[in-house]
Amino acid sequence: MGIIKKKQDIEINDYPPVELHEGGSILLTKLDDLVNWARSNSLWPLTFGTRCCAIEFMAVGASRHDMARFGFEVARATPRQADMIIISGSINYKMAPVLKRLYDQMADPKYVIAMGACAVSGGPFYYNSYSIVKGADHVIPVDVYIPGCPPRPEALLYGMMQLQKKIRRERNFSRRKKAK
Amino acid sequence: MTNELLTTAIGQIEAEAETRQGAQYVETFVPFAKMHDFMLRLKEDVTLAFDYLICVSGVDHADHMQMVYHLESTLHNHMIVVKIKTDGRDNPAIDSVADIWPTAEFHEREAFDLLGIHFNNHPDLRRMFLDDNWGYPLRKDYKDDIHIVSR
Repeated sequence: MGIIKKKQDIEINDYPPVELHEGGSILLTKLDDLVNWARSNSLWPLTFGTRCCAIEFMAVGASRHDMARFGFEVARATPRQADMIIISGSINYKMAPVLKRLYDQMADPKYVIAMGACAVSGGPFYYNSYSIVKGADHVIPVDVYIPGCPPRPEALLYGMMQLQKKIRRERNFSRRKKAK
Repeated sequence: MTNELLTTAIGQIEAEAETRQGAQYVETFVPFAKMHDFMLRLKEDVTLAFDYLICVSGVDHADHMQMVYHLESTLHNHMIVVKIKTDGRDNPAIDSVADIWPTAEFHEREAFDLLGIHFNNHPDLRRMFLDDNWGYPLRKDYKDDIHIVSR
């Protein structure tokens, strides 16, 4: 139909005639808001815990710091059904191609949270380690970085909420207003 | 058995073993040539009966390598530490105890992978974690300019 396109491919002539003013019509912006609301409130994570941060991730999934109230509790084991991957733990040089393959198998739209110092930058293993990749963003692009060793469950929830805010800013159907 | 009784018992089994009291356990240094028979007798002797090999560790000293075996007896509830020195660091080789305690099979593979100590008569000596042409990272003189950011 031509309405669903990537943001960078949208030319000014692609819109149907009703779209004559900048920013998009109320229909498309509300459609954007609806889709972003739906996506941000049901981000299913891929279970990818390699190290100690996975325990904090499990704590977030447990009852005290509940991630089910955000809609995240369905953690899929297969990347094909997951929306985001929470890299909780350090990535070895042996694990890096596996992580890349899992990320490639995920369907769009997909997001990545780097949780913990090891995933952010290599953490305590940045110096003098022969086997830990110095940051998961050497392997896949990361959206949200959560520092901590391990980050508290509240910090992980804050990072997930930041990811929700990032998703709500997306524009898939309408355009942002052009800068004057 | 108490530590003193263990010390005398080991002296009776193997005359060349130097035994001393460590911080918590009795530590025994056995010469490399007598190692396998000594371990076999540690397991089969009824009063000692060390049937549980807890841990096999490798140590990198300046001029030699050392293997440390922590043994426990589930029957008598005593523990002992056996230390074996290899000669030199260039091609360290030690007899394998995998035929006495099967858990040593994987422990010795790990020591071979990370320290480069070769084990004679090991059923399946190959690398476990690292690629085949990686060096031996846990040696003190290991240099790796690609992966290691040193400080």
